[in-house]
Amino acid sequence: MKFTLSWLKDHLDTTASIDEITYALTDLGLEVEGVEDRGAKLAEFTLGYVKSAEKHPDADRLQVCQVETDEGVQQIICGAPNAREGITVVVAKPGVYVPGIDTTIGVGKIRGIESFGMMASERELELSEEHDGIIELPSGEVGDRFIDWLAKNDPAKVDPVIEIAITPNRPDALGVRGIARDLAARGLGKLKPRDTAAVEGTFPCPVTVSIDNDTLEQCPVFYGRVIRGVKNGPSPVWLQDALRAIGLRPISFLVDVTNFFTYDRNRPLHVFDADKIAGHTLRIHRAKGGENLVGLDDKEYTFTEGMTLISDAEKVESIAGVMGGAETGCTMDTTSVFVEAAYFDPVRTAYTGRALKINSDARYRFERGIDPEWTPYAIEHATRMILDHAGGEASEVVVAGKVPDFSRAYKLDAARVQSLVGMTISEADQRKTLTALGFRLEGNMAHVPSWRPDVQGEADLVEEVARIASLTKLEGRPLPRLTEGVPKPVLSPMQRREAAARRACAALGYNECVSYSFIDQPSAALFGGGTDATRLENPISNDMSHMRPALLPALLQAAARNQARGFPDLALFEVGPVFTGGEPGEQHLQISGILVGRTGPKDVHAASRSVDVFDVKADVEAILSAIGAPEKVQINRNGAEWWHPGRHGQICLGPKKVLGVFGEIHPRVLAALNVKGPAVGFTIWPAEVPLPRKVGATRPALKVSSLQAVERDFAFVVDADVDALILVNAAMGADKALINDVRVFDEFIGGTVGEGKKSLALTVRMQPNEHTLKDADIEAVGAKVIEKVTKATGGVLRG
Amino acid sequence: MDDLKAKYLGQIASAGDECALEDIRLAAVGKKGEVALKMRELGKMTPEERQAAGPALNALKDEINSALAAKKSALGDAALDERLRSEWLDVTLPTRAIRQGTIHPVSQVTEEVTAIFAEMGFSVAEGPRIDTDWYNFDALNIPGHHPARAEMDTFYMARAEGDDRPPHVLRTHTSPVQIRTMEAQGAPLRIICPGGVYRADYDQTHTPMFHQVEGLAIDKDISMANLKWTLEEFFAAFFEVDGIKTRFRASHFPFTEPSAEVDIQCSWVDGQLRIGEGDGWMEVLGSGMVHPNVLRSGGVDPDKWQGFAFGMGIDRIAMLKYGIPDLRAFFDSDLRWLRHYGFASLDQPNLHGGLSR
Repeated sequence: MKFTLSWLKDHLDTTASIDEITYALTDLGLEVEGVEDRGAKLAEFTLGYVKSAEKHPDADRLQVCQVETDEGVQQIICGAPNAREGITVVVAKPGVYVPGIDTTIGVGKIRGIESFGMMASERELELSEEHDGIIELPSGEVGDRFIDWLAKNDPAKVDPVIEIAITPNRPDALGVRGIARDLAARGLGKLKPRDTAAVEGTFPCPVTVSIDNDTLEQCPVFYGRVIRGVKNGPSPVWLQDALRAIGLRPISFLVDVTNFFTYDRNRPLHVFDADKIAGHTLRIHRAKGGENLVGLDDKEYTFTEGMTLISDAEKVESIAGVMGGAETGCTMDTTSVFVEAAYFDPVRTAYTGRALKINSDARYRFERGIDPEWTPYAIEHATRMILDHAGGEASEVVVAGKVPDFSRAYKLDAARVQSLVGMTISEADQRKTLTALGFRLEGNMAHVPSWRPDVQGEADLVEEVARIASLTKLEGRPLPRLTEGVPKPVLSPMQRREAAARRACAALGYNECVSYSFIDQPSAALFGGGTDATRLENPISNDMSHMRPALLPALLQAAARNQARGFPDLALFEVGPVFTGGEPGEQHLQISGILVGRTGPKDVHAASRSVDVFDVKADVEAILSAIGAPEKVQINRNGAEWWHPGRHGQICLGPKKVLGVFGEIHPRVLAALNVKGPAVGFTIWPAEVPLPRKVGATRPALKVSSLQAVERDFAFVVDADVDALILVNAAMGADKALINDVRVFDEFIGGTVGEGKKSLALTVRMQPNEHTLKDADIEAVGAKVIEKVTKATGGVLRG
Repeated sequence: MDDLKAKYLGQIASAGDECALEDIRLAAVGKKGEVALKMRELGKMTPEERQAAGPALNALKDEINSALAAKKSALGDAALDERLRSEWLDVTLPTRAIRQGTIHPVSQVTEEVTAIFAEMGFSVAEGPRIDTDWYNFDALNIPGHHPARAEMDTFYMARAEGDDRPPHVLRTHTSPVQIRTMEAQGAPLRIICPGGVYRADYDQTHTPMFHQVEGLAIDKDISMANLKWTLEEFFAAFFEVDGIKTRFRASHFPFTEPSAEVDIQCSWVDGQLRIGEGDGWMEVLGSGMVHPNVLRSGGVDPDKWQGFAFGMGIDRIAMLKYGIPDLRAFFDSDLRWLRHYGFASLDQPNLHGGLSR
């Protein structure tokens, strides 16, 4: 919402400075977004006086003028017909930038005679379209700045334009008067009355108006009247200035009148050319569906059932509250105008405007809510302005329906301001504020003014009082603690787990990413997603069309982008939600990481190598440990199809309880995502990790044996596809009391152990608790280990 | 005996290596060494002679042993010194690579915010990213025709043919978590709800996903003055600037009444934003007293309970605090950005040690 200071002062009698006004506006909730100082571009223009003017010897239309300026008499060549001796003019000296012609004035020769500047027209200073001659001022001293002259004599031309942001609850502030009312309530001046007497009609309105019975909710009231014998044309200068200042283009007087009231009073109007209304009748009705209209913007619109339309005897002529039709619009030739002032339902207007994708000033205001009770006054104000400037004769007013009654009142509980806001404001002051805003107080009931559709309860009264009093002045007050003393921890076990996993990943050298929750369909499909259940109806691009089924695709895409930037070796991770469906709750938390390329750049120690499955396995074990997963797990190869089928492992507690998965990413997936391998990754489902049974902070006592532990090595030849974990578990089971660790320390495949076979070497550590192990004891345990392992694997002890 | 002593101490002193020393030891104090032989002769002596010779022999043996040990140690030192003279490394060579991981600013700042509000008794609530339009809008006092709905650039989930329910939305703010938490826990309540939110907007300063933290405090007598204090405390702690000034401006949100936008003090020096000084203002937050309709939606009786709510952008305050220029880069996973703006794994924010390094 834009307005000029002088427009504001039409409604507000104030001596406040622009700074005071803008501070108050922002503080009141009408946030100032900008103040445009229109005088700035004219700052260098000064007044001059033409001492003499003589015809240029070599040009009929040019005058050689001697102009008195603040820098002495200057010679200026001028082609304006009104350039003559004895007038006060606006001078641009050499070096001055002239905005209307986008030129900086220099010293030049025109047909052989030197010219030291320019005398400006209004168009050259962007004050109006006037360019028939140079500006002649009726007063002013040589050397005065032109903006000072304007500020004194014609302030509307250069006064500041203020732009404010309007929150959806304040339709009244979409009119300058509503803004003035807020400022007056704040104490920055007095609201001027600005009433107008009703215009008596001298003949019956030749256009009849009716509202269909089923349309009365959408359009409860419609006022109209014809003014005949008008002379349309350009608007008076003050009106053009006012509209232009706020960025509107003056069109013709009759149209400009409607725009004026739209901004002056938040009161959209419409003007029809009365002679073009077929059958001299207008009917407000619900669309049947399928009707058409070419709007004032020259676009064709087709209506769906229920939209509010205005039709004449033949066809649709206007989209109620949204946009008029081109055909019945007023032109310079219009001599008989039908003025419409109606109230259209905000909800219906919003839906219609949204469906037709029309963003008009009228829609913007009707959907936020105009003042229904001002409708009869609006028609009179508009009539008066038209008669004053375009002449003519007004008919009687025609009315269909009646002004809707939205009157309501709420109890003013003066103590609520204290209890809800924490401000101490006397009841008398509260009543004064509400009265200034247009509330009518009867006892302790505050009746809401008709222009404030947003006020819907007692809390709104508190808000108004606090807002006018200024929230900036509110003093903070400590929020009492919930409990005395040291605050209790607030994170849930899952929240702690998430944080621990994140820190663990970073500690393992991974860089955390935060990716968009939506990805492209093909990438989602690679990871089991991309179905319609997770499709967005209105994605902003094809790259973001589906909710992600996993974290890996975005991480791999990030890897590809980084590789393209020259970073081949990557360790990336993310912790975040993934989506299995489109219903609330069809999401769960994942932790995923990828390692791509080598463990590091090539180095003098030859330590750099390609990343492999055992890198991510180590990491996944470390992270699971960090979030409290049990140490004893099973590993299978039943993971999803985006893993390399033989080079991945699912970490499970039982067949259905998958805690995590690690492995090589399937080569086809890498190719599809343009990632240059090798690439390995992992995913953890933290919610699957069982919560520990909380038994207090105490740890079980540490049992350490003073007896020497003994280690023995065994090598077994087994089939090449036998998992080492089977050997380890079998060996562990050989003597649960004595064996406390089994480690695989060597793997040898094929060659001397035979095709399809491998040798696995284990170290078994025995920790006695009761007495030192004797050779016989050790041999007995060793025999059991061999027996268990060979039984479990079908392998043999390597000789 | 003195001859023996002189002989062996002399030999020991001139021994060149450990081998020679061992030969001397065997010859002198070994089982068949000269001293041992002398010891054996003690048996043939008279008690008187033995009384004199015994201790002398033992002293001789001890003396030779200590000389051997000292010489051995000296030889060892010399050998080590000799070895060390030949051992040299170019320690300016680079090490084996150790990857340095990082924490994303969104995660770090979320933890900072959590640490501060936890101290004030706020726990952390969470909710679904895909939500019904009731939780995202209606329950928050934003009915279907409300202009705020159109202004929020909402993402909608596609509906299957024949499914006539209103489409679910990607939550446009974290406020639905307020409703869900009130439903689940009732009043009194103190929560913050951090998390990702979505709006269909992409330009220099907007991304289709960003992060918010919502705060909600419900009790019998919580007022806007408590809200102001809470936020002032928060900003001072978060930006680590004592006495940072805030400005409350009246505003409007459908879910609060009265509503206020909150600015923090800032200045621009040489194109660099400085928080907590100067006389400029930076809008950072929307807040207000929870609207009675919103309390009702959450099943909380507005005649008994009242409270405040606020919401701010996590990415935004991260940008302000850490001088991160471009929001879009947050979600681009550019390794250079992650390394430059990320945080070390051990820099876990807390109030006793300080939030930032």
